[in-house]
Amino acid sequence: MRNAFLTFEHVEKKFPGRVALSDISFDLPSGKVIGIIGPNGAGKSTMLKLMAGLLRPNKGKVLLEGKAIERRSSEDIAYLPDQGGCYTFYTVAETLQFYKSIYADFDHQKALEMIDFMQLELHRNVGSLSKGNLTRLKMVTTLSRRAPLILLDEPLSGLDPMIRESIIKGLIAFINFPEQTVIMATHEVAEVEPILDMVIAIKDGGIVHIDDVENIRLNYESSLVDWMKELFQTNKNPLK
Amino acid sequence: MGEEFSGTAPIYYQIVQKICSQIVRGELLPGDKLPSVRDLAIQLGVNPNTVQRVYMELEQLALAESRRGQGTYVTEDLSRLKQLREQLRHNKIETFVQDMKEMGFTADETANGLMEYLNGYKKGGTRK
Repeated sequence: MRNAFLTFEHVEKKFPGRVALSDISFDLPSGKVIGIIGPNGAGKSTMLKLMAGLLRPNKGKVLLEGKAIERRSSEDIAYLPDQGGCYTFYTVAETLQFYKSIYADFDHQKALEMIDFMQLELHRNVGSLSKGNLTRLKMVTTLSRRAPLILLDEPLSGLDPMIRESIIKGLIAFINFPEQTVIMATHEVAEVEPILDMVIAIKDGGIVHIDDVENIRLNYESSLVDWMKELFQTNKNPLK
Repeated sequence: MGEEFSGTAPIYYQIVQKICSQIVRGELLPGDKLPSVRDLAIQLGVNPNTVQRVYMELEQLALAESRRGQGTYVTEDLSRLKQLREQLRHNKIETFVQDMKEMGFTADETANGLMEYLNGYKKGGTRK
């Protein structure tokens, strides 16, 4: 077994009336960009929240470098939520101050560089930002932390192509490889394909496949998007 | 993104090919410094780990060398570069001939067709 950074051991997560994830086991290496992909309702966000310590498994274990992830693990984990994450009554500059005050690993200098890169204005009120700029700001606050694990929940959803591109470029420019590991839940696979090292494909709360993206391209001679379509649309396993 | 990649081959491999053809075309000269991993990653919109792999691959092919703390440079070994040029020529021809063969063209038909096409191309008639 290779050096496991993040481990799921027979993880099950139930919500009233349904099982969101069942018997999930895997080891993920550090220093990679990993995508959790799958149709709506597959369990992507639930998996990410378990990694963030925001949910606890009903069965099994979630481990970061061998230690169980819990609420307090947020010291080592930067999590970008799907919704919320910034207070509307702050300005952009105040938001950075706020994050600096709660996270010891917040790199204010890096945050300012990213603000510049993302073309955000420090004096603007968060409440007046467009959806695209709000996502950019959330990206800044998340990536400015020196946390070894960065979790992004649907960082591109509902954004126009230009903004997606700037967010992806920001990700490439500011992630500290290989000290930081990025795991993102997304259904915008086409856009993130060039930056993913690995994918975890899930469906109906179970793992369909885990592999390196380059292996998928090599072995199935198709892009990740085509592979995924085939994987999720047909019930039969396309993997020979 | 900055660059489109075809779906059928690993991305690192496509970038290696791209750099090889830049070297053969003389856009990259012997001894030229390649961009830093991060810069090329941003430029191409790909993961820095992918670019790292590209540079490792180029080193293994003896087409580039990394100098400690300074970056990666195109090799100055001219015989290796000449060999690369020959190799790329050979590969392209091989693929083409293989395709023609699969479609049932004889060697003569292929060669004649190619000559005809090239003559037309020289006169400025047919383009691509």
